[in-house]
Amino acid sequence: MTPAADPLVAVRGLSVTFPDRTGDVRAVRDVDYDLARGEVLGIVGESGSGKSAAALAVMGLLPAGARVEGSVRLDGEELIGLEDRALSRLRGRRIAMVFQDPLSALTPVYRIGQQVAEAVQAHNRLSRDEARSRAVELLELVGIAGARERAGAFPHELSGGMRQRVMIAMAIANDPDVLIADEPTTALDVTIQAQVLEVLRTAREATGAAMIVITHDLGVVAGFADRVAVMYAGRLVEQGGVDDVYERPRMPYTMGLLGSIPRVDESGRRPLVPIEGAPPSPAHLPPGCPFAPRCPLVFERCHEEEPALAAVGGRPQLAACHRAAEIEAGGLAPEEVYEVRSSAPAPGAERRNGRPQVLRTEDLVKHHPLLRGAVFKRQVGTVRAVDGISLTVGEGETLGLVGESGCGKTTALLEILELTRPQGGRVVVLGRDTAELDARERRALRREVQVVFQDPLASLDPRLPVSDVLAEPLRTHGVARERVEERVRELVRLVGLEHQHLSRYPQHFSGGQRQRIAIARALALEPKLVVLDEPVSALDVSIRAGVVNLLEELRERLGLSYLFVAHDLSVVRHVSDRVAVMYLGRLVEVGDVDRLYGGPAHPYTQALLSAIPVPDPRKERTRARILLPGDLPSPAEVPGGCRFHTRCPKFAALDAERRRRCLEEEPELRAVGPGQEAACHYAERLAVV
Amino acid sequence: MSVPTEQVIGRLADQRPGGGPPLDETRVPSRWGVVLRRFLGRRLALAGLVVLAGLFVLAFVGPYLTPWTYTDKDYAAFLSGPSADHWFGTTQTGGDVYALTVRGMQKSLIIGLLVALFSTGLAAIVGSFAGYFGGWVDRTLMWMVELLLVLPAFLLVAILSPLFRGRTWLLFVVLLAAFLWMVTARIVRGMTISLREREYVLAARYMGLSGPRIIFRHILPNISSLLIIDATLNVSAAIIAETGLSYFGFGVQPPDVSLGTLIADGTTSAVTFPWLFGFAAGLLVLIVLSVNLVGDGLRDALDPTSGA
Repeated sequence: MTPAADPLVAVRGLSVTFPDRTGDVRAVRDVDYDLARGEVLGIVGESGSGKSAAALAVMGLLPAGARVEGSVRLDGEELIGLEDRALSRLRGRRIAMVFQDPLSALTPVYRIGQQVAEAVQAHNRLSRDEARSRAVELLELVGIAGARERAGAFPHELSGGMRQRVMIAMAIANDPDVLIADEPTTALDVTIQAQVLEVLRTAREATGAAMIVITHDLGVVAGFADRVAVMYAGRLVEQGGVDDVYERPRMPYTMGLLGSIPRVDESGRRPLVPIEGAPPSPAHLPPGCPFAPRCPLVFERCHEEEPALAAVGGRPQLAACHRAAEIEAGGLAPEEVYEVRSSAPAPGAERRNGRPQVLRTEDLVKHHPLLRGAVFKRQVGTVRAVDGISLTVGEGETLGLVGESGCGKTTALLEILELTRPQGGRVVVLGRDTAELDARERRALRREVQVVFQDPLASLDPRLPVSDVLAEPLRTHGVARERVEERVRELVRLVGLEHQHLSRYPQHFSGGQRQRIAIARALALEPKLVVLDEPVSALDVSIRAGVVNLLEELRERLGLSYLFVAHDLSVVRHVSDRVAVMYLGRLVEVGDVDRLYGGPAHPYTQALLSAIPVPDPRKERTRARILLPGDLPSPAEVPGGCRFHTRCPKFAALDAERRRRCLEEEPELRAVGPGQEAACHYAERLAVV
Repeated sequence: MSVPTEQVIGRLADQRPGGGPPLDETRVPSRWGVVLRRFLGRRLALAGLVVLAGLFVLAFVGPYLTPWTYTDKDYAAFLSGPSADHWFGTTQTGGDVYALTVRGMQKSLIIGLLVALFSTGLAAIVGSFAGYFGGWVDRTLMWMVELLLVLPAFLLVAILSPLFRGRTWLLFVVLLAAFLWMVTARIVRGMTISLREREYVLAARYMGLSGPRIIFRHILPNISSLLIIDATLNVSAAIIAETGLSYFGFGVQPPDVSLGTLIADGTTSAVTFPWLFGFAAGLLVLIVLSVNLVGDGLRDALDPTSGA
């Protein structure tokens, strides 16, 4: 797919600078690309790489203070320097945008039908009724069931996935030539992400628009884009057809990105390839190649001269690296460029037999009453956040607990961490029933169970220097003063930080470093069990790998057990020995990691796994997705019988006779083979990745 | 800054019990050590501290520098301007304004600082305990706060004043503080409720930290900006409020004086005989200013987001 002779969009030398007291922030530097008619271009980059600023510059939507240079031509018409009025005529009609956060992109006080109709009327002389019926058509097109009624809904009445559909409907309202989607699925769960990507495909087919998809997720663009451009520190560092870039990356940064993501379709414990360091601040770019400080192939020239995008290997592929030719000639793979330590032998399922249990829950229940009324509160319902889950974590084992947001996994975890008598069921930690503990014993048991939260900035007290953050658990449990100092120093080294970091505050660190501090704090008391609540999902892709490797490393060295809660099934596959899948407060499937990923038996697990995009374009194009209809039901209104039947593709295919069982009887976890249990009346293993 | 894991292991392998020598040379810094270092690095805050110390010296050593005491009357000089004999001039009855002012400052400095400390401290403790523990603790404490808010302070003082007459003026400090803390306590409670849900507070709880220790270690430092601003405002509020209460016949009584009473007496002649008003008012401004500078410095030292 070479750029056509006259591209639809031609971007040349685009630069965006935000003037700042402390020095100009050069968010986008000298970006060139073409977009042909009907083509999908994926722009991939980490946060702060300038990918969004580059897109906003095309739309002329940057804040007034920003300085934009270069040229953006749409069908030969120059857009940079155009007045706002002239741009307004183009926006929506020829170029439309889908934003990341659909809640803040919709006006909360207008009905969605009105908002879509407004988008239609902005560029067409239509009567109100015409506009309204066109709005309903558009809402139908993006898959909103009962569009006529739903058009009267306010944005807050819709789920995130639905709002994103509305955004897409507004974007395609005027049949634009170019559709820019800025992280369209980042805020959404995987099954909803799959739905929204499907809608974007439909939208593209309906309008024939060319698309620019901006994302940090290499998986999303693999199956979606024709060409991909990788951005780093404000510049494009690699560009080419998806197959070329994914199979033969020629810029070490792209290689690192591809090597640093765990894959849902790969078994075994391939250690991830971490890229060292953190991306440079756009206000203080190093001279020469901005990636040089983190690059394993760096040599003198990289520090002196910034490489330009140049063709490699006679393909329509461009890479900005002084050593691209060498990489091309040697056919180097990411593993060869980044030296990878061979991992310890994979701990298999057999390890857990005979090992003592560190944690066991039996029918753990946590319900919240739903109250109404200001003065006299009356209960109008029950939120069944956790509705009877039983799981075990063996010594030295990692149990992955996965599920979409709202499934109750965090509630379950907090309930375990309380170490008190649960509302229902039992929690047994290291052989001790938490219901029978007195205050002193509970405190003693806290030493053995520690937690790492998702957002490392929120979980570290901003007013405590790192030394105090690490010393706090030790002091709390009465460790002698000299020993505290010694242990703090040990911990800092254990997680790969420097001693001089101790007197700094958490905010002075990058995300990855903060998470290392949080991990060090959790390990201070040498616990047996560490509960990890989405420990890497707030981190950038290239930094994630380092933290994941550290966690694995520590588990093996210190004999820890992990309860690893996450929504990212790729990471879970990478770190877990066993996996438990949660849906609406209950476990639907539990199994050894390779059994479960190799052949999930519950239709929900199957849909979840099939929804995850794989960073492999060829594979991605041939994969069949199991799309789930609708959204996760509210835990306040749990469907009767099997609670998944409202969205279950298998249920939909059953005859009335067999359906009755799903409607009336709640399935229990039953073995579907060695080391795998599923809660489905008609469980069948099926390979989906 | 991700360090490859093999390096970490390598370093751990080298490490002997007790730690290797090069890494141990620097001490592990503690929180208050870091705060003190940051505070001392702020020139304006240090200047405020020096001025404040100077004012204390003036208040307590000052009376010995002049032959006049605050009760003496110079019948040869009524309402005379500043001169070599009477540095700050004299009053209508021939009192030495310098002697009166330094005497007044002794009281006002201590009243101002103590009241600010007491009322802000009380507000912080009541508000944070109510917010953190919730339930009946919250209800009881907030009921008390609201009761004090609706009761007219003047009325209460009028009723209580016969009881306190002739007692130590420290009681007066307590009484002043008791009427200043309620609004702040409510604000602190609100902030505590939002902080209580933060993950670092959760993390501390799961670490085994007790409620009061979480409040003092994690919650109060994170609302210290508010508390410091509140305390600095309270210093001037207390010094002024003290005059008001003096009308009710306790606190600072003639012939004793405070900056508050001096200012109140001097306002009427602020234009005609400026020395009666100017020196006392100027010193009050200086006190408040220096306390503000110290407060700002303390706030910045505690707040890691404030650069440096």
